[in-house]
Amino acid sequence: MNPAALKANLRDMPPGSTLLVNVDTFDQRNLDKAGYTSNPLTDGSLANHRVFEVPMTSITVEATKPLGVKPRDAERSKNFFALGLLCWMYTRPVEPLLDWIKRRFANRPEVLEANLAALRAGLNFGETAELFDHPYEVRPAQLPPGTYRNITGNLALSYGLVAAAQKAKLPLFYASYPITPASDILHELARLKHFGVKTLQAEDEIAAAGAAVGAAFAGSLAVTATSGPGVDLKAEAIGLAVSLELPLVLVDVQRGGPSTGLPTKTEQADLLLAMYGRHGEAPLPVVAARSPGHCFDAAFEAARLALKYRTPVVLLSDGYLANGAEPWPIPDLDALADISVEFATEPNHGDEFWPYLRDPETLARPWAIPGTPRLMHRVGGIEKEDGTGNVSYEPENHEKMTRLRAAKIAGIARDIPGVELDDQEGAELLLLTWGGTWGVGTAATRRVRARGKPVAHAHLVHLNPFPPDLGDVLARYPKVLVPELNLGQLSRLVRAEYLVDARSLTKVQGVPFRAAEVEAKILEMIEQ
Amino acid sequence: MTATNGDGGVQLARKDFQSDQEVRWCPGCGDYGILAAIQFMLPEVGVRPEELVFVSGIGCAARLPYYMNTYGVHGIHGRAPAIATGVAIARPDLHVWVIGGDGDMLSIGGNHLIHALRRNVNIKILMFNNQIYGLTKGQYSPTSEVGKVTKSTPFGSLDQPFNPVSVALGAEATFVARTHDMDRKHMIEVFKRAHAHRVRRSSRSTRTATCSTTARSTRSSTRTLGRNMLIELRHGEPVRFGAERELGVVLNELGEAKIVRVDEVGEDAILVHDERAPTRRSRSRCRGSPASPRCRPRSGCSGPSNGRRTRARCSGRSPRRPSSAVPAISTRCLRSAPTWTVA
Repeated sequence: MNPAALKANLRDMPPGSTLLVNVDTFDQRNLDKAGYTSNPLTDGSLANHRVFEVPMTSITVEATKPLGVKPRDAERSKNFFALGLLCWMYTRPVEPLLDWIKRRFANRPEVLEANLAALRAGLNFGETAELFDHPYEVRPAQLPPGTYRNITGNLALSYGLVAAAQKAKLPLFYASYPITPASDILHELARLKHFGVKTLQAEDEIAAAGAAVGAAFAGSLAVTATSGPGVDLKAEAIGLAVSLELPLVLVDVQRGGPSTGLPTKTEQADLLLAMYGRHGEAPLPVVAARSPGHCFDAAFEAARLALKYRTPVVLLSDGYLANGAEPWPIPDLDALADISVEFATEPNHGDEFWPYLRDPETLARPWAIPGTPRLMHRVGGIEKEDGTGNVSYEPENHEKMTRLRAAKIAGIARDIPGVELDDQEGAELLLLTWGGTWGVGTAATRRVRARGKPVAHAHLVHLNPFPPDLGDVLARYPKVLVPELNLGQLSRLVRAEYLVDARSLTKVQGVPFRAAEVEAKILEMIEQ
Repeated sequence: MTATNGDGGVQLARKDFQSDQEVRWCPGCGDYGILAAIQFMLPEVGVRPEELVFVSGIGCAARLPYYMNTYGVHGIHGRAPAIATGVAIARPDLHVWVIGGDGDMLSIGGNHLIHALRRNVNIKILMFNNQIYGLTKGQYSPTSEVGKVTKSTPFGSLDQPFNPVSVALGAEATFVARTHDMDRKHMIEVFKRAHAHRVRRSSRSTRTATCSTTARSTRSSTRTLGRNMLIELRHGEPVRFGAERELGVVLNELGEAKIVRVDEVGEDAILVHDERAPTRRSRSRCRGSPASPRCRPRSGCSGPSNGRRTRARCSGRSPRRPSSAVPAISTRCLRSAPTWTVA
C-alpha cells in the first residue's frame, strides 16, 4: 500500500487484519496527494491492524542494480517484489509465476531480468526479514476430480456459445458494439473464426441486434451481447425477434445503472429490464449465469432454448462474473447434448408453406431458411395470422397470437430442471439467490450452518419461466430471504407470482455482497 | 441467362415473383411501377425466387417484400440495412435487396445506411425517394426541399435536404444509380446492373446502392415535367438534355457542375459522362436552373466486400451448416491456459 491505496482500501480491512505498506512511498508529497493531514503510520490510526512497513521501492532498486537497470525503470518492478513477498506469506508455488514472467516479457530481456530479480527479492525478504511470525498455508479446495483451468466469465461464455453452435450444427453469428464489460466476448469470438464463427462489430447496438435478427432468419445461431445501456437500444430488435419467432441470444453483462452508471462495476439491476423491457406483450426466456465457469453452461442453455422454441433468450451475466475467474473443470465436449433443430424442407399445408403453423408440443414455428425451394415466405413485425403468417389486424387473432406467444414461453417450464435446492433438516428460512449472488449465498449458508443453525439455499438459473416446482419449494419455508444487488427485483417477481412474503436484502454499491453481510441478515431473520 | 423452375425447364416469369397478397399502396402511387419493374427484371437475370431475400424497414415502400414471392423480412424502422447485413454475412450465397423510403433510409436509418455502404456488404439498397413521409400522412422528410409546406412544417421546411446520391457516394458506395418510376425501361436497366454488380465484379466488389426516385400521383409525372427536368447520364456520352438537347453540363475549374446552353459554349466543352470518374460526386450535386434537374449518375468502382472478407476469414465453412472441414471446438482449445488435475 502507498498512502492513496491505504486511504481507498482501509475500510475493507477488518480489525486485526494485516497491512503491508511500502514505507518508501509515505513521504509528505504522497501523504498530501492522498489527503492525509498526518502520517497514518505514526499517528496511531492503524493501531487495530498489524502493520508491516517494507521499503519495497528501495529494496527493488537495490536488487536490480547489478543488472544495470536505471532506478526509474527498476521502480516499475516493485509490484513483482510485492508478489514475491505474498507468495512467501501464503506459501504459494513460484514456478508458475516464473514461467509466466518469462513468457510475458520474452521480447524484453532487461525487463524480464528485473522482474525476476524483484520477485526473488520479495521471496527472500519474507524468509529472512523475521518480520512475520509464520507463513500461511491455504490448502487446496476440495474439488471433484478432473482437469481444471482458470477461466473468466466472458471467456467461458464465449466458449459456451461456440460449443452450442457446434452441438446445434449451425454457424455462430455474433454481432456487437464495444461496451464495458461485454467487449471481451467479441474479442474472444473474433479469435475463434477457425471454428466457423463470424463476428461483426456493428456501427451501433441497434445494428448489432438487427444483424443478429437477419442472421437468425438466414439460419445461423445468432447472438448479440452488450451491457445495460445496449439492452435499452436493442429492445426494438428483440421485440422484432419475439414477433418473428426467430432464435436469438441476447447477452446482458450487467453493470451499475441507470444511464452510463458504473461501467466497470457490477450490479444485478437488469432483471426486470430483461423480463419486461419491450413494448407490448413480449415475453421471452431469461437465463442467468451463477459463476464465471457457469457462464459456459448458461450460454449453452440459452442457445438450446432459443433454437428449440424459436425465441430470443436473454442471458444475464454481470461485471463480477465476466471479469472474475475461478477454477473450471474442463467439460467433455462429446458429452454435451445434441441441441440441433431441423430446418423446414417441405410445404406443411398441402402445397403451401405456412410459416406460423406451430409444433403442437413446443408451439415453436417452423424455421425455413432462404435458399429452400418452395418455402418462400415473408415475416414481419406486423401482427400475423396464426398459421399462414399473413398480415392480420383481426381482433381475435391478435389476442390468440399474444396468448400463443406467452404460452410458448410459459411451456418451457416443462423443459427445464426443478429448483436447485440445498435443503437442511429443520430449516425454516430459505435463502433464494439468482445470478452472481450464488457464490455468496453458498458461503453464507455454510457459515450459518457452522453456527449450528439450519438454513436452506435455493438458486435460480432460469428466471423466466421459473422452474415448475418453485412455488412448492417457496411454500415449504415460513421465511424467504432474497439477497440481490438491486433494490429487490427477484423478490418482487416471486411475491407477485407466488404470493409469498419474500424479504429482500439489497446492495447497490457496485461491489458484490460479502458473505458476512448475508450471514448476518439470515441470522437476524432466524431470530425474529 | 434465364431462370427455370427446375422441373421441366419452364422459364420463370413475372408471376413467379408475385405473392398472393393484395397490393395495398394508394392508387396511382409510383411504388406500383417500381414493384412491377423488379418483378419484370428478376426473370430476365436468371435468379430463382428462393435465392432472393427482400428486407425492408417501415414505411409505404417497406411493404414491398410482402408482394414478392421470395423470402422476405419486414423489419423495423430504419434498421433494414442492419438486418440485411446479418443475412448477407451469414449467407453469401443469397441475393439480398433492401427496400425503403427516404425517411426510413436517410432519417431514422441514416447511420445504418452509411455504414452498410462503407462496409461494402453484399446487398442492394433500393431507396424509394418521394421526398415526403407517406405512411404517417405527410410530414417533411430528409429529402424534402427547403420551404416545403407539410403538416409538420406549416410555414415551410427550414432544413437543407440530403441529396441521396451524394450521401451514397460520400459513404464510398461502389455502385450508385438513380432512376425514375415513370420510366420502366430505365428502371429495369438500372436494376439489372445493380443485380449484376456483384456478378460482373465478383473478384472484388459486391455491394450495390440504387437510388430510385418515385413520383407520387399528386406530383407531376415525368412527361409533364418535360425534358428540362431530367438529365440522362450514359457512360461515354456528352451530358446533354432538354427538348432539343439544347442544354448541357460543363465542369468549371473547381470541378463543379454547371448547366449551360450548348450553343453558347460549343459541343466540345460539354462534359462526357464517365461513370468511373472521380468527379462524379460533384455531378450528383448538379443543381440550379433550369428547375433543379434530376441527375442519374451511375458509377461503378470496386473494393473488397465485407461479405467476402468475412467469408475468407471463415474458409472451409459451407453457407448453411458447418462442414466437416470446420474443426469442432476442442478440448484442446479449452485447455489453451495452464491446467491442473485434481485426482
